Amino acid sequence: MNAQWRWLGGSTATRRLIIVLLICALWQGYAAWLAQPLIFPTLTDTIAAWLQGMSSGELPRRIAISMKVLLIAYAAGTFLALALATFAVLTRLGADILSMLTAMFTPLPGIALMPMALLWFGFGPSGFVFVLIHSVVWPVAINAYAGFSGVPAILRLVGRNYGLGGLRLVALILVPAAFPSILTGLRLGWAFAWRTLIAAELVFGVTTGTGGLGWYIYQSRNQLQIPDVFAGLLTVIAIGLIVESVIFQAIEFSTVRRWGMQR
Amino acid sequence: MLDVDAVILRYETQDRVITAIDRVSIAVGPGERVVLLGPSGCGKTTLLKAIAGFITPAAGSISLHGAPIRGAGPDRIMIFQEFDQLLPWKTVEANIAFPLRATSRCGAAEATSRATEYVGKLGLTGFARAYPHQLSGGMKQRVALARALAMKPDILLMDEPFGALDALTRETMQDELMRLWDELRFTLVLVTHSIEEALAIGDRVAVFTAHPGRIKAEIAGGVRAVDAEFPALLRRVRELLAEDQPPA
Repeated sequence: MNAQWRWLGGSTATRRLIIVLLICALWQGYAAWLAQPLIFPTLTDTIAAWLQGMSSGELPRRIAISMKVLLIAYAAGTFLALALATFAVLTRLGADILSMLTAMFTPLPGIALMPMALLWFGFGPSGFVFVLIHSVVWPVAINAYAGFSGVPAILRLVGRNYGLGGLRLVALILVPAAFPSILTGLRLGWAFAWRTLIAAELVFGVTTGTGGLGWYIYQSRNQLQIPDVFAGLLTVIAIGLIVESVIFQAIEFSTVRRWGMQR
Repeated sequence: MLDVDAVILRYETQDRVITAIDRVSIAVGPGERVVLLGPSGCGKTTLLKAIAGFITPAAGSISLHGAPIRGAGPDRIMIFQEFDQLLPWKTVEANIAFPLRATSRCGAAEATSRATEYVGKLGLTGFARAYPHQLSGGMKQRVALARALAMKPDILLMDEPFGALDALTRETMQDELMRLWDELRFTLVLVTHSIEEALAIGDRVAVFTAHPGRIKAEIAGGVRAVDAEFPALLRRVRELLAEDQPPA
């Protein structure tokens, strides 16, 4: 396998670039051959639509709407998850409550709560925030709790030796010691929230009157601006990739890898 | 200073209660180096943990400066055998400064300057900004020692601190500990199962027997392997320990 790839260039980045270029060429070639821009636009048309959307300020506006909702929900969900995990690691009751809640709510997709969220919170971003918090809180909480439970007993003893207990033990010892696990939870929570948000906007964007990226995709399709649909989809992918492989990667390298807690 | 008086320590397994330490009394004065020596399972580590406040005695009392010990506290700093007692997310210097800050003993500036001072004392200069995973086992134990001593505890508790080191590093660390004691004159209670280590470090060596753990004899140490009286003392301790071994 390696030997066959070596002639293509040594680095992973090069090989990946080649794969991306190949996919682009296939896309362009197939769409041009198909010649039905309403079904499947060419890559060049999509890029043109994307550039147009970006320069007109339409796409950035939609991205900003989606990101704002997402960040509020992500921050609130993470805070709630850490609070639950802390309660769970400090008390038996908390542990029982957390394991019950995660077992119950993990199988429930956030989007399934959307119809009720609209009734409860009215039209507006609050319903989205509620549903996204649901998507974030369980994966983060369960991973944080697993991380807390897996902290070596010796580190707890060291903390107790310095008179640390309760919240201070959690904040100063358990959170950093469990950070590899917490980071995994944060990544999962992000991925769930991002997908849930785009899906919820697609289906419920009109009712809430908040037109984020998902709603942009749906709206463009209704107006048969198919290159815009694809530009929207590409944007969803691009943002997902940037968050995962730039932001989370940077956090990973400046924390758990630097500390030698993960290789 | 430290008074252990007729202490009984028990722990529960699934089907029964085991007495690890049975009516042990020992007093440690300021600046003394007391070694608890005994075979594995004689309860010496359990006793050390009780002094640290991690375990509550079933009977008897442990007091420091006349006040009974209630729970763990930074006046008694414990050093463990395990290398992962260091906080992996903090540099060497930050590890040493951590308890000073966490116990609010020092402000940020003073904690840093004291950490730097102890980095120097333990020969860790050049590693101040390294993370624990970049250090060898011996270096990690040096950091643990620096972190403990920087707290200037009333009493330093060491649980087989050099037990996981290779023989050469182990001897270096023993010498290092003695050099630091000459300089700082801290009070030390150290647990070990190595007779040589006990005799080299302790000015008093309490020899334990197992099942249940009791102090069988106390002998004067401070004798190094190169000293003339070492072989006789070594033989005596071996005999003391052998008397309780079940016949093979």
